[in-house]
This record gives sequence, C-alpha cells and structure tokens, in this order.
Amino acid sequence: MSKRKMLMVDHIPVPIGDERNLLEVIRKANIELPTFCYHSEMSIYGACRLCLVEIEGRGLQPACSTLPEEGLVISTNTQQIRAMRRMILELMLANHQGDCPTCVKGGDCQLQQLAHRMGVAKIRFSRVKERLRIDASSPAIIHDPNKCILCGDCVRTCNEIQGVGAIDFAYSGSEFAVAPCFGKNMAQGECVACGQCSLVCPTGALYARPSINEVWAALHDPAKTVVAQIDPAVRIALGEDFNLAAGTIATGQIVSALRRMGFDFVYDTAFAADLMTIELGEEFLERLEKGERLPIITSCCPAWVTFAEQHYPEYLDNLSTCRSPHQMLGALVKNKVTPAKGVKPEDIVVVSIMPCIAKKGEVLRPEFSTGYGRDVDYVLTTLGLSLMIKEAGLNFNQLGQDSFDMPFGFITGAGVIHGNSGGVTEAVARYVSEKVSEKRSDYYVYSNMRNGAELREIKVTLGKNKLNLAVASGLGSVKKLIKKMKKGQAHYDFIEVKACPGGCINGGGQPPGKEKNIKAKRSAGLYDNDKMLQLHKSRENPYIADLYERFLEKPGSQIARKLLHTHYQSKKRVYFDMNNLARQESKQAKLELSICFGTSCLVKGAQGIYSGINQYLNENKSLDKVQINTTFCYEKCSRGPVIRIGEEVIEACTLEIALEEIGRQLK
Amino acid sequence: MNQVSIEDRKNTYEKNSKKIIKRVIICAGTGCVANGALGVYKEFLKEIKKSGQQVVVSLEAEAEGYLVSQSGCQRFCQKGPLVTIFPERIVYCLVKNEDVAEIVEKSLVSNDVVNRLLYKKPGYGTACRTIDDIPFYNRQYRLLLEQCGYIDPEDINEYIACGGYEAAQKACTKLTDLEICRLIQDSGLRGRGGAGFPTGEKWNIARIQFAGRKYIICNGDEGDPGAFIDRSIMEGNPHSVIEGMIIAAKAVGADYGIIYVRKVYSLAVKRTRKAVLDAAEAGILGKNIFGSNINFTIIVVEGAGAFVCGEETALIATIEGKRGMPQPKPPFPVQEGLFGKPTVINNAETLSFIPVIFKIGAEAFRNIGTVSSSGTISFGLTGHVANTGLIEVPFGTTLRHIVNEIAGGVVADDGTVCGINFKAVQIGGPSGGCLTQEHLDLPIDYDSLKEVGAMVGSGGLVVLNKSTCMVEIAQFFMRFARKESCGKCVVCREGTIQMLALLTDIVEGRANLKTLDLLEELANIVQVGSLCGLGKTAPNPVLSTLRYFRDEYIEHVVNKRCPAGKCAALQIGA
Repeated sequence: MSKRKMLMVDHIPVPIGDERNLLEVIRKANIELPTFCYHSEMSIYGACRLCLVEIEGRGLQPACSTLPEEGLVISTNTQQIRAMRRMILELMLANHQGDCPTCVKGGDCQLQQLAHRMGVAKIRFSRVKERLRIDASSPAIIHDPNKCILCGDCVRTCNEIQGVGAIDFAYSGSEFAVAPCFGKNMAQGECVACGQCSLVCPTGALYARPSINEVWAALHDPAKTVVAQIDPAVRIALGEDFNLAAGTIATGQIVSALRRMGFDFVYDTAFAADLMTIELGEEFLERLEKGERLPIITSCCPAWVTFAEQHYPEYLDNLSTCRSPHQMLGALVKNKVTPAKGVKPEDIVVVSIMPCIAKKGEVLRPEFSTGYGRDVDYVLTTLGLSLMIKEAGLNFNQLGQDSFDMPFGFITGAGVIHGNSGGVTEAVARYVSEKVSEKRSDYYVYSNMRNGAELREIKVTLGKNKLNLAVASGLGSVKKLIKKMKKGQAHYDFIEVKACPGGCINGGGQPPGKEKNIKAKRSAGLYDNDKMLQLHKSRENPYIADLYERFLEKPGSQIARKLLHTHYQSKKRVYFDMNNLARQESKQAKLELSICFGTSCLVKGAQGIYSGINQYLNENKSLDKVQINTTFCYEKCSRGPVIRIGEEVIEACTLEIALEEIGRQLK
Repeated sequence: MNQVSIEDRKNTYEKNSKKIIKRVIICAGTGCVANGALGVYKEFLKEIKKSGQQVVVSLEAEAEGYLVSQSGCQRFCQKGPLVTIFPERIVYCLVKNEDVAEIVEKSLVSNDVVNRLLYKKPGYGTACRTIDDIPFYNRQYRLLLEQCGYIDPEDINEYIACGGYEAAQKACTKLTDLEICRLIQDSGLRGRGGAGFPTGEKWNIARIQFAGRKYIICNGDEGDPGAFIDRSIMEGNPHSVIEGMIIAAKAVGADYGIIYVRKVYSLAVKRTRKAVLDAAEAGILGKNIFGSNINFTIIVVEGAGAFVCGEETALIATIEGKRGMPQPKPPFPVQEGLFGKPTVINNAETLSFIPVIFKIGAEAFRNIGTVSSSGTISFGLTGHVANTGLIEVPFGTTLRHIVNEIAGGVVADDGTVCGINFKAVQIGGPSGGCLTQEHLDLPIDYDSLKEVGAMVGSGGLVVLNKSTCMVEIAQFFMRFARKESCGKCVVCREGTIQMLALLTDIVEGRANLKTLDLLEELANIVQVGSLCGLGKTAPNPVLSTLRYFRDEYIEHVVNKRCPAGKCAALQIGA
C-alpha cells in the first residue's frame, strides 16, 4: 500500500485526499478557516483574503487557491494572520451599513459572526462611501448595496450555477458594485427571482421582500378569514432555524404554531400537489396519445416559467398548463370551496408558506386572479414564517403536533415528494403507470429516479411506449438540457424543471443551510415523510376523488381549466413589435417599418438609412403612407443594420435595398 | 507564394540608399507629434523641393537626393520636435515650421549648422553640434533604443536592412526550442514589466507544457503615469517586438500571438498594426516562416485603458471578453492562460530585447549590467530636472549619474539648476517607492531597489526637488491606486480607499501620531494581503515615504506644519 500524502497544518499531519485546494484540507483538520467568497460548487474567486495562511517558505497564501502539496508546512494562526483578519473585517465594516439590530440578517449575518469571532473590538477607519439607493423594484428580491461586502457569491451563483446572469460586477475601485446590467434595476433585468443569490449572500444585501407585516395585519383583522397553506419543502427545513437537524419533519409543530398565531384554517399544499399530479398526468397522457406538444415540461416552478418566457418562448407550448400547486389551492379556496359556511370569498386571505421567493412575484400575475382579488394574497418564505414564530414568542420545539384542516389537509406521499427535484416525475410516474396498465404497482418502483444529480435522464416503459424522462434542477442545468435538445442530441417525452438546484428543498426562501450535505438531508427528509404516510399515490387520495366528484367533474374539465390551469406569454426582450424607441404615427400608413437603432446597427449606418428613407418618402410625397419606428437592439448585431419592412426582415441592409423593398411593398 | 528573402530585401535597400546625399529624420514620437512634428516633416518636403533638390521619401526604388523620413521617439521629448541630420548627426531642438527653410539651406544644401536650434548646455550655454555632444545622449547606454529614433518604424525594409529578422530566421531555421530557451536563460534577461521574472525560465515552463495550442502575448498596456517605454518601442520599432514574439513562439511552440496595446496609444496601435500586416505580407508571419515548419499569426488587440489590465490574468480576461479582473494564481498563465491554454506574456520592452540578445550574444548581454540584472533598463525621466525624456542605462547605474549627468541636475521651481535642491526620486511609477539622498550612489537593479522599498516597475522615474511635500506625493499616487483598483479583493479596494482617507487627514491637519501607526499597519497588510500585483505594490509610495521621510509626516501630524509649505490647510494663517 502506498503511503498517503501528508501535509502539516498547525503542527498536525493531515492526509491529502482529493481536495481541490488547501482550504478543504485545512477544514478536514477541523479548523474552520474564515472565508466569504469560497463555495465548493463555484469557481474560485480569491477576493475576501480571509483564508490567507502562512506556508513555510512561501509566505502568506490564500488557502482557497493553493493546491495541496505533499510536505507543505502550514500555519493558520499567527500574529500576522490574526492581525490581518481583523484588519480585513475592519475594512469591510468601515463602509458597511451597520444597522445590525434592524437588519433582516441580524443575528444570522456571517460578517457579524466573523467580526465577533475574530475579536474585532473597534473600527479604526471612517466611513468613506456614500449611501446608495436600495433597489426594491422587484416584487421578490430586495438589493441593498450598502450591506454588500462584494464577495461576489451572488454573481457567481447567478452566472455559474443558474446561468441567468441577472447581476454582475460594475464599475471599479471604490465604486465597485454588484448590479443588474446597464444601470437597470432588478425588476427590469433578467432576474427570474429564484433567490439563490440571497441564499449565498453572507450579509443582508440580497433578501426576499418581506410580507410579514401584511400577514400580521390580516391575522389581526377580525373581518378576515386567514387561510395558510404549507409547501412540502417547508416542513423539513423550518426546524433548522430552531436548532433541529436538517431534514427533521416538523409538520405538526408548524400547523400548531400557525393556529396559535391566529390562522383560521391551515391547509397542505401537498394536497394541491396531488391534484396537480393528476392534472399533469392526464395532460401528459393526452399529449402522448395525440403525439403533440412533447416533451411536456412541468410548470410548477415560477422562476422556471419566467425563465422560459424570457429565453425559450419557442417552448412555451410544451409547458404544462397546470398552475403551481399553491395557486391551484388558492383558486379553489377563493372560488366556491370556501373553508366554512358563511365565510365570504372576498373576506378570505390566502397565505402561502413557501421555500420559494419567485412565488412572491408569481402571485402578482394577472392570470392568477380568478374571482376575488388575487388567488393567493401573500407568500411567506420559510424564513419569513420562522421570524413570525419567533416574534410571537412561540417555543417551537415544545409545541404539540397539530393536524391540518380538511378537506385540503389530507395528502399522499406523492404530493410530499414534489419538494424534491425528481419528485414530480416520480409522482406522475406512479399515477400514469397505474392509469395505463390499470394494475396496482408498488409505489417505490420508481425510486431509482432518485440520485440527487441535477441533470438526470430516466427511461421508463409505459404500456407499449418506451419513454424518455428528464429531470433538471438549477437553471444552468436546464440550459444544458435544452441545448442538447435543440442540437437534436436528445429526445424527451417529459421534463421536470426546478429552478433551484436540488428542487424546492433548496429554494431561495429556505434557511441558509449550515450543515454539510444539506440538500441530501432535506431530500431524505421528504422521502422519509413519503414512507411514513399511509398513501403514496395521488389517485388514492380520497379527498381528491371527492373534490372531482362534487366540484371539478374530471381532470381537464372546464372548471378545472379555469381554476387549475394557466397560460404563458413570451417575454423575450427582443422582438420586432417591442422596444420601440420612437414612432412616427401615421393614420393612413399602409406599411410599417422598423429600424434598429442599437449601438451596433447605428455605427453600421442605420442613421443614414433612416434619414435616407425619410428623404425619399418626403420627395415622393408618400411620408404618410409609411409608419417608421426606430427600435432598440434586435440582438442581430453581427448582421446589422437590421430593418423590418412590412413582414420582411432585412439584415445587412443598405439604403438602396431598403428603398427597393419599400417601393415594392408600396405598389 | 513568391516571397522575397530577407537577404534580398536587405541588399535592395542598401543598393537603393547608396545615392542618398543626406538624411533628415524627424522624430514622430507622440511627444514630438503633439508639438507639430508632422507639420515640420511636410515643410521639409516642400522646402527641399523649393531649393531645387530631389526629395526621397522611400527607398523602394533607387533614387538620388535627400531622404526625409520619420522615426519613433528620439527620447529627448522635452526638446521636441527633434530633427536629426545624417551623416553629420546634427540634432536640432524645438524645430518649428518656419525654421525648416533655414535648416535646408544651411545643413542640407551647404554644410553649415543653424546655431540657434542646437541644444545648449544649461548654465554654460555651449551649443552641442551633434548628438554625441549632448550629455543627455552621451551619458546613456544605447542598446535597445539604438534603432528607435533612427529607423522609419513604418518601413519593414529598413528594419531588415539594419539586421532585423535575422535573429528570427536563425531561431526558426537553425535552433531548437530548448536552445533558444537556454540562450535567453543564459543572457539573464528578466521581464521588464515590473516583477523581473527571468524570461528564459518563463519560456521554458511554457515550452514543457503539453497543449494543443499555446499563445504569446505582448503586453503593451503600459498604464503607469510617467512611463512610456513600451509605447515608444511600439511606436518607434514595432518590428523588434514582432521579432521577439516569433522567437518566443518558436521557443515555446506557440502558433498564435496577440499584441495587446492600450487604445489611447493610437500611434502605437497604428504602427504595430501596419508592422504586423507588412510582416505577414513579407512572409515573416503566417505559415512556414522562413521556410521552416513554424506557423505564427499575430493579431493586435486594443486594451480599453484600465491600469489593472496590465496585470497578466486581468489582461487575459479582457481578451476573452470578460471583465478585467485578476484571477488568483496558480494556475499561472504559462500553465493555464488565454482560453485555458499555456500563455507566455512578456511586455513589449522585454520582447524587443530578444533580437538584441541574438545579435550581441548572451554573454555580451550578461556582461552589461549587474550580476542579478543583466542588460540595460529604460526609464521615463521626468520631474524637477533640466532634461526630461526617455533614457536607457545599464543596470548598476547610480541615481546620481542619472540625475546629475543625464538629467542635467535638479532644478528649483523657477527652473534654475541647483544641485542642493535634490530631495527624492520616485521610481517605478505609482507602484514604486521614493528614494532619498542616501540612495544616490546605490547601483540600480531589480534587487537593490526592492531592498530599499522601491521597484523598477514599469520604469517611471520622477525627480523631486526640495519644495515637494512627500505626504502629498504619497497621496497623489494613492489617489491613482484607489481609482485604478479593480475592486475585486477587499484588501486592495478598501485598503486604498482608507489609505487615501488617512493621507488626506494628514495633509488637512486632522491626524495624530496614531494615524501614522494605523496607516503603516494598513499599508503593510495591503502589501502582503492583496490578490494581485497592483494591490501588493499600491502601498509602496506610502511605505517608502514613511520609511525615509517619517520626520516630515511627524511634522504634519504633531506640529501641524508642512515642511515644504505645500499643504494648504497647514499653512500659517490657514
């Protein structure tokens, strides 16, 4: 047996395994090296300088970007290193807005904790930077640059893991900042509100827009009937905020806490997940039979829906029309299936408690107002609920176990596992396999789908059909999957998409996990919950059968389509009918013409073409026959100038080509 | 392809130049162009014709008459536009359009000089007739810049006629990659970009990397205020850079090169572009160079002008289309550089030394300079001295030689030369340090400067007289560092902000002795803790002034007095 390679950390020999850097080796030696910018899933950034260690013969080196080598002698705790860590924290704190008691991250802030841990007693530097404006434009995420320590974790999460790129670094030196593109705000940019940035943010610079005050106000309003619904992923993560191990199922305490805070009815979103499983399963079977709009792509994740609308409008037809489960439940509660006799729908306030930040934006979509105001009034994140429980002074761990209200409180395991990436696929597989074979099967036959990978391909046999299913979580993985599909390298029949890596259990509204392998632990919690439940298949849920019988008729019925389904629209930024910069209104216009005035087209001569056309029309006295619009970038910069004349799109256009085409079309 | 060999080009050029009577070289470096050199050039063409003589502007064909050409920087920028007449080697300073007719009449048609346009030694008033009489020139050692102020940078044939591309031809056809690396290692050449890493060693590391593609990058993003060596070389002798790159390419096995030039160096951009095109047309770049199996293509990339983009990893990031921010090293660019491939980055000055080493031999090169730093080094000489411009001296030269002999002595604020007025030398640009009287006899090289807290850096050399406030100098350079910090790492970004704030407190009278301790502690931490070279060297002006001019700082904070009388807030009655 070959001798293991070793290095010395603070006089202790430590074996070198497959760690990719010194920092991981040092952590293995049970030394919690401080760092802000190192995350094992992301590229090495090396900017916070807190993990500097002394290597004999090499001086101070950042542990995160140094390769472990045999024989290195490392010190992690010297006078110089300690002085440096304190100084770095002092520098960060000097311009940090230190309103810790009122900060959303107060008590849970890594900057606060590290400053405390490193014994920073005084900040000897003065505040130099000016206060910056807080960006509260997004309905879901608030960005407070005054709290930002510029570790770049959010930027790399958004770019590397999610592939969204809604935020990046801007400016330099003392003006260095994290910002959306072109000086826009979060609402105008590419952000899909997955909230993964807020999960990695060590301070309170990025956080979910709070709804706590609105919810308290509703609870304290005697005229309102306040209904809560809890997402599956909340029950296995909330406990972490009350010192329970990750993955601990705390459903009973949560229901109890909600009742004691004054919620009138407490429902389970997993019930709606069961309902969605059936609606989605039926939709899938129908498309399979007709052979159209395949692959069917799940639509329960609002961040994914926004992403698809912005980037993949060509796949919007493939999206399932099912609403996300909490919207199904909200619509049911507000339309006729009122919780109790005598409660008027207009007095009902539905509060969804979700692991998700994107749902805060989703509730504002006009499609989700079917009867009385919004189908779901407020979305609380898991963290938001935790804060409310703490504010109410409830001793969470001592609370008894309460159960949900009926009828929307009875669930099967299929509904619960929706919180995991792959859970929807498994639930739907359990449903459609029995539906097609008309035979009962064991619920766990599809558990081989569970391997935790963010991109999975699964082959199943359904009757005579051999089907390709795919599961993708993390928008970066989704992009890869779609790229593969577009290149024709893969064909799928069913795709489950969750914007957050690992699914809702790792949603942007969850507590930032402190334990190792947090995703696996939470995921196991949900699968355990499935095991513990009596029923595991959505079609066996008796309350759902009853709901169809009494109210919804059958999956996909007219009423089901109204309350349980939705539609999408393309939000691709660049379209020929959008982004008009200027319009010359002309009532008798026979012909419409758009010229791209993006930077690239402009330098390639768009301006000249524009004035040439105007002059030509003027000379021919036909100015009123043509309506000329100038537009923003069509994103065809390499082939500009781009002009649309009527329905004809001309690339690399010249004045001559444009005039010829105008002449032809005006004839 | 029908290529003319470099021997043929050389012969043709020599044949064509035989009937040239005299040659007028107008400096067309940026400084002289700004002072009207291009007008002077046109005036010469006009006036020579007017006097009934033949003007020759190109040696493409055999011609008889006076050759009028432009050159790169002739280095005595303070006295520009400069005009040199060959073969007499007469130098005319501050030439204006209206002077041209007289020069043509006296120096070309007859063999006289225009006395009033000659350089006069300050103090003495003696006129210096030829270039060899001027102390600014004759006290220098011209190795690298020899051709720079002479040849026409836009004429590849002239470069070839002066022995250009012979080294590249030899490298491509006669030497192995290992031999080239050994040669450069033996010469002791160290990178002139600032850090002074041995060039041959860098090449050798790149040479042994296994990769399908390797890159050579010429770093011409010189961003230090007061440094203009790389610019002058790219403007004045761009082919020498290309030749150095070809040799590097052969040595490491690269087939693709990039010259990265700061966009605002418009003349350098224009001339390197032309040089690359001309070399490609001559078959010196492209496929099977000199009939060997070496393929090498060069493109010119313009840098947007951020100081940090002179840092190699940041520079690479911008070529890749990313934000110009440094990356942690390792991996070093020679291991994983541009697009993840092994990449050699040398600055323009280093690369143009390569053909020189081939020409004079490694040993001769090593014999110039000191043991640890061989060859010559160029400085951009500015500040309170009589002569300013671009200078070249062997390593080991003392500051006293530079200040008193080449620069012609320290001047007071009113411009009079006065030896006792010397206070300090700020060397190495914003990342360098300040040296004092006691360092005047220190032989300058990479290591001696580092030891005293300064650095060769990018070769800025500012001489300061007694009326300079050293705290203000530190503040000036810190303002630059704060602005140019990319912002990525905390220590550099926040450290430069706070160092500037503390320095401002000192010059504005809000500081005490504790401020000095805090400033020093912070400066030391920024020096060891920063991610890249910019941050690591940003505190140098502070640390070196604290080290050598601490009394001045103490005077500021204790007695609230500025010894130089410069800090407005500390003046009596303020």
